[in-house]
Amino acid sequence: MTAQAAQTGQPLLSVQNLNIQIKMDNGIMNAVDGVDFEIHKGKTLGLVGESGCGKSLTSRAIISINPKECETTGDIVYHSDSEASLNRLNLLSLHPNGKQIRSIRGRKIAMIFQEPMTAFSPMYTIGNQLMEAIRIHRTKNKKEAKKIALEMLAKVGISDQEKRFDQYPHEFSGGMRQRAMISMALSCNPEILIADEPTTALDVTIQAQVLELMKKLQSEFGMAILLVTHDLGIIAQMCDEVAVMYLGKIVEQAPVKEIFANAKHPYTKGLLKSMPRLGGDKTKRLDSIEGTVPIPINMPPMCGFYDRCSDRIEGVCNTNAVPKTRITDQHSVRCFLYSDRQEGAAQ
Amino acid sequence: MTKPKPILDVIDMNKDFQVKSKTALFRKPASVQVLNQISFELIEGETLSIVGESGCGKTTLGRCIVRGMDASSGQVIYHTEDGQQIDFLKLKGKGSKTYRREIQMIFQDPYSSLSPRMSVFDIISEPLIANFKLSKAEVEEKVTLIAEKTGLNVSYLRRYPHAFSGGQRQRIAIARALITQPRLIVCDEAVSALDVSIQAQIINLLKDLQEQFRITYIFISHDLSIVQNISDRVAVMHLGRIVELAASESLFGQPRHPYTEALMSAVPQPDPELKKNRIILEGEVPNPANPPSGCHFHPRCAYRTEKCVKEVPELREVGYNHFTACHYAEELKLKGVHNELADEA
Repeated sequence: MTAQAAQTGQPLLSVQNLNIQIKMDNGIMNAVDGVDFEIHKGKTLGLVGESGCGKSLTSRAIISINPKECETTGDIVYHSDSEASLNRLNLLSLHPNGKQIRSIRGRKIAMIFQEPMTAFSPMYTIGNQLMEAIRIHRTKNKKEAKKIALEMLAKVGISDQEKRFDQYPHEFSGGMRQRAMISMALSCNPEILIADEPTTALDVTIQAQVLELMKKLQSEFGMAILLVTHDLGIIAQMCDEVAVMYLGKIVEQAPVKEIFANAKHPYTKGLLKSMPRLGGDKTKRLDSIEGTVPIPINMPPMCGFYDRCSDRIEGVCNTNAVPKTRITDQHSVRCFLYSDRQEGAAQ
Repeated sequence: MTKPKPILDVIDMNKDFQVKSKTALFRKPASVQVLNQISFELIEGETLSIVGESGCGKTTLGRCIVRGMDASSGQVIYHTEDGQQIDFLKLKGKGSKTYRREIQMIFQDPYSSLSPRMSVFDIISEPLIANFKLSKAEVEEKVTLIAEKTGLNVSYLRRYPHAFSGGQRQRIAIARALITQPRLIVCDEAVSALDVSIQAQIINLLKDLQEQFRITYIFISHDLSIVQNISDRVAVMHLGRIVELAASESLFGQPRHPYTEALMSAVPQPDPELKKNRIILEGEVPNPANPPSGCHFHPRCAYRTEKCVKEVPELREVGYNHFTACHYAEELKLKGVHNELADEA
């Protein structure tokens, strides 16, 4: 039912046919290849995949912070309902250092990075860095900015804010730094929050705190979250919809319950099976996906999962580009095993 | 099966680190107790997991056992194959060499634990050459054999580590640890740097090798789902102390320490239907330089009383081979993993 609600209304952000190519010495790497998804208000979309599948590049492309070497094409359309001037704006058409994207980055679309150690500058106090964003986007007044910053620190559960405000990042613990990071991202009331592996560097107990905090703040501010992670456990807890990425492509996309109950793509199935879970039968061997992720340099049109797939069809999967097949309204998959359901699919 | 034979006894191990004060130049450095009276017995052929949050001393414990680091006090009694008992910590220089090769270690990050300047063949054969007098042909033969066993492509042995993926590198590290035919391997977060699908491959490999060579593992990890999958017994550490030690089924089915319960509850389960009441610990891990009084866990414990603030709980047996360090282990009804799944069903 949540998924249905997500379908109604205009999406806040829609990514269409996003391609990111990186020129390497030995050819062109298609790091992100034809990615489509939509982010809806108040909902959480999970982007899950192994390292190197392009999930971070995708999330960074949204606010144009990828390195220059990344050639990005496609459309990232942002629909702001608060400001008419920002409606139906293609973020990719903007200059990455231009005024307009800078008024969106941090203000409308904010990001939390994985490493709370490296995301803060060690040279400035936490308060200074918090205020920077506020003073650029919200108020020029220093006193007012400080007030907002202190409020935000309190919101994310940092006690003794006055003292903490003047401390440097090294005086914070990992969990607290991640909280400070969240408070920085939320200080301008963004409409979309991009969280790139927000809890990977944290202990489970602290991870639970941070995830709970993100959920609480989402219901308070009503923002949309794009959650990038490799942990299916976090996906299950946090997301409304999931997109599974493999080798630069979204291979399966569905509402969260559908993915866990009714996964279609062999990769998604393999991923779910290879996860050790608490309460599982330990005498059974873990199912693992054989082989490793290939490097997508000069890839011919074929399924990227072909070499590792147990259900591959020779002559079909390795010779054709895989079309997207709709299983239901909200469930789509890129796999030839299901493509006969759709007319005109390559055989 | 024969009577379980111990391979290692760790008795009252302590480890202090000296921390220099940043402000006072001549003040005596303060000491931080990282390991506090750690004792346990390791049975041959079993897998003992050590879990805990970062900073609880689990890596230090592993390093003190392989003597990558010297413990401040305590004993590690190593039972050799022919039944001798040797205090591993007292051995010096050459005397320890034989035992060092029987106790090996696998490290967390396969990207930094392998020398980029050595070929894979050299990496794997190094311990062999250091420990045994063998001809070139023999070395070659042994390396090839172990490479096959660990699932490495033999034709790639002359390449350098940069040409391999994370999972492959971890296989190289395992091959290097195995080549001296150790009896005990300490795996320090051996799979945490790997992707899920690769993680499963390596866990299966470790299990297969254990079966084949009867290796004992000390498996240090923070990931409880993996720990439950791989271990026979589990020790939960908190701030330098073992707070619970029990057989895996017993610990996960019926935890007796509130910290263990909270740790289990915090693990995100890959099931969106499972809406559980998670225990969210408040606050963070206390600073080991200035640990709380009494039970170290009391500031974060939901069940604390006056007694917990004042008295240090002893590690005591509360069930068959189930040890815990909590004053109220018998009274508390803590939730385990299996109970929870049963409740859902």
